[in-house]
Amino acid sequence: MSKVLMKGNEAFAEAAIRAGCKCYFGYPITPQNEIPEYMSHELPKAGGAFLQAESELAAVNMAYGAAASGGRVFISTSSPGLALMQEGLGFICSAEVPLVALNVSRGGPGVGGIQPGQADYIQVTRGGYNGDAKIPVFAPAGIQECVDLIYECFDIAEEYRNPVLILADGMMGQMMEPVELPPHKGITPVDKISQEKPWAITGTDSHEGRNVIYSLRMQPEVLEKHVEKLFEKYARAEKELTRWNSLSLKDAEVVFVAFGTMSRLCAEAIELLGERGIKAGMIRPISLWPFPDKAFDELDKSTRLVISAELNMGQMLYDVKNAVQGRVEVGLINRTGGVVPSSLEIVERTLKLLEETK
Amino acid sequence: MKKRFKLEFNRDKCKGCEICVSFCPKKLLALDKEVNSKGYHPACITDQDACIGCQSCALMCPDCCISIYELEEGE
Amino acid sequence: MKTVFAPTSGMTPVDTSYCPGCSHGIAHRIIMECLEERGALGRAIGVVPIGCAINAHHFMNVDMCESTHGRAPAIAAGIRRVHPDKLVFTYQGDGDLASIGAAEIVHAAHRGEKFTTFFINNAIYGMTGGQMAPTTLIGQRATTAVDGRTVEQAGMPLRVCEMLATIDMAVFVERVMLTNPAQVRRAKAAVHKALDIQEARKGFTFVEFLSACPTNWGYAPVDALKWVEEKMAAYYPVKNFRTVEL
Repeated sequence: MSKVLMKGNEAFAEAAIRAGCKCYFGYPITPQNEIPEYMSHELPKAGGAFLQAESELAAVNMAYGAAASGGRVFISTSSPGLALMQEGLGFICSAEVPLVALNVSRGGPGVGGIQPGQADYIQVTRGGYNGDAKIPVFAPAGIQECVDLIYECFDIAEEYRNPVLILADGMMGQMMEPVELPPHKGITPVDKISQEKPWAITGTDSHEGRNVIYSLRMQPEVLEKHVEKLFEKYARAEKELTRWNSLSLKDAEVVFVAFGTMSRLCAEAIELLGERGIKAGMIRPISLWPFPDKAFDELDKSTRLVISAELNMGQMLYDVKNAVQGRVEVGLINRTGGVVPSSLEIVERTLKLLEETK
Repeated sequence: MKKRFKLEFNRDKCKGCEICVSFCPKKLLALDKEVNSKGYHPACITDQDACIGCQSCALMCPDCCISIYELEEGE
Repeated sequence: MKTVFAPTSGMTPVDTSYCPGCSHGIAHRIIMECLEERGALGRAIGVVPIGCAINAHHFMNVDMCESTHGRAPAIAAGIRRVHPDKLVFTYQGDGDLASIGAAEIVHAAHRGEKFTTFFINNAIYGMTGGQMAPTTLIGQRATTAVDGRTVEQAGMPLRVCEMLATIDMAVFVERVMLTNPAQVRRAKAAVHKALDIQEARKGFTFVEFLSACPTNWGYAPVDALKWVEEKMAAYYPVKNFRTVEL
C-alpha cells in the first residue's frame, strides 16, 4: 500500500472511519479541531453519523448512548475538554460500554495554552472520575503509530467493554507525516448489532430478554462485587496491554523514559550524546496505563541514571521511580506549558545531571 | 340487563396510598384493617356487586394493583 | 369474563421503589400502556435519569440505560444516531432536567432530536430528600428553603414548557397533570400524540407531567394531588403549547 502525506488530526479521523466508526461526537477545542471538521464531511460519506455537541459533557454522553446501543463510537478532545468528559468516562467504565477517545493534549493548568503539552499524564492515567475505574491509555510517538492504535483500539475497547484512551499531543495533531492508512472494515449494519453485541440496548425485539445498561448499585455488597469484576478485567489488561519500546539499553550509562513527542526529541538526544562519547538509551512507554514496569528489568548494569523526560512538571516521574525501585538514580528533564525543548537542551541538561550524580 | 364487574386488587403490591379510595364515585373502596406483606393497609372493595366498572381507581393507581373484569351472564 | 382493565405488560412485575401516592407510578404506567397499545415495546429504547426514577429500568419493560445527571437527552441523541428507526425516549425529573440538564434539553429541542422526553415535574428534589428545585414554587418549603422559596434568594420557578415552546424544532410541547381520571386520560392522549409525531420524524416532542411528591411535600397522597391542581397548575398551566399536523 502506498503512503499519503496527511496532517495528524485528519489521519486520526480517517483511521477511525476505516475502523468502522459509526458515530463521532465532539465539541470544538484547539488543537484537535481538524478532527470534528474532517468527520463532519467524511463520516457521513462512509455511512456514519457526525454530531457537533453543545459541550464536552454532552459529547461524552452522546458517545455513551450510541455505544450502549451498539455503535462503534469515537470521540476526541483536548485537555480541558477531557476534564469535562471525566464524569462520563468513569460512568462508562462502570456501565461497561466500549468507546475510543483521543486526547490531543495541550499545556495547562486551567485553560492553559494551545501548544503541545504532556501535563495530562496524571489526568489520563489516574482519571478525573470518581471511584475505582481504569482506562487503558496509549501514547503514540508519531502519526503512523497513532493511526494504527486508533484502528486497533476499537477492538480492544469492545473486547474489554471499557473505554480506551489515546494520548497524542498538539505537535502530532498539527504536523504532517507520510502515513499508510489501514483498510476499511465497514460499519456493522444496525440489524447485525445484537449478534455482535448481545448486551447492547437495541430494543427487545432484536434479542433475548431485556437489556439494561446501568451503573447504580445500591447494595454495598453488590457494588463491591461489581468493582472486583472490573478489576479482574484491569488485571487482564495489565497482562495483555502493557506495551513499550526499548532503544539502546545495552551498555547505556543513562536511560531516558519518554513518550509521545518527547520520545522523538530524546531519540535525537541519544545520537548527540553518542557523538560526545556517552552511551544513552531509552524506554518509551506506549501504554501509560498499564505502565510498563517490566521494561525496567531490562536496564543494563552499566546504567547509573534514569531520566524521566516530560512536557510537564514531572508527572510520569512517580511511575518511573516506582518502576526503578531504587536500583539507580532517577532524574527529571522537563519543560512545561507548551514549551518544547530542543534535543540540544536535553543533551546539555543530561550532561549536567550526569555530573551531579557522579 | 345491568352490567356486572369484578374488581381485583394485587394486595401485596398495594402501598395503601388511598388514592383509589378517594376517586371511587360509588365510595365502594376502603383500606383493609389487616396489613399486607409490605406492612401497608391495602385497598379493598366493600361491595363488589355495586362496582360500575368506571376504571377511575385503576387509572389513578400508581402501583398497577387493580384489574377489572366484566362478568358474563351466569358468572 | 372479559378484561376491562389489567396491568400493562409494559410494566415488569417488580414492585416500584416509589413512595405511596407518588405520581411516578401513574406516569410510568401510562407511558408503557401507550407503547404496548402501539405494539412498540420491542422497538423502544428508554433513558432514565438520576433521581428517584433512576430505578425506572426495573419497572419499565423495555431496553433501557441509566444516565449521568441531566444528560439523558444527549444519551438519547446518541442512541438515535445508531437506531434511527427505533422509538427512543427519556424520562426525567425536574432536578435532572430543569437544573443540571438544562443545556442538554434545550439543545436536544433545538436540534429537533427525534425522541420524546417525558418530564416529571414535582417541584422538588425527591431522591436526595426534598431540596429546592428550579421548579419549586414561591413560598413552597424545601430542606434548602425552610421558610419557603423567595424570589430574592432563588428567583422565579422555571417554566420548562414555555421555554421549549420558543424553540422552532420542539414541535410538540404539552403540559398535563396526573390528578384525576380525566386528566390521566388526557395525559395518555398527549403521550400518544408525542409518539405519533416522533414516529413521523417531525422533530422534538415533550410532555411535562405535573406530579405529586407526597413524602417530600409533607402531604397525604390525596391532598398532594389537590395541591398539584390548586397550586402547581396555577403557575404551570396545563395545556398544549405546540403541536404539528400529521
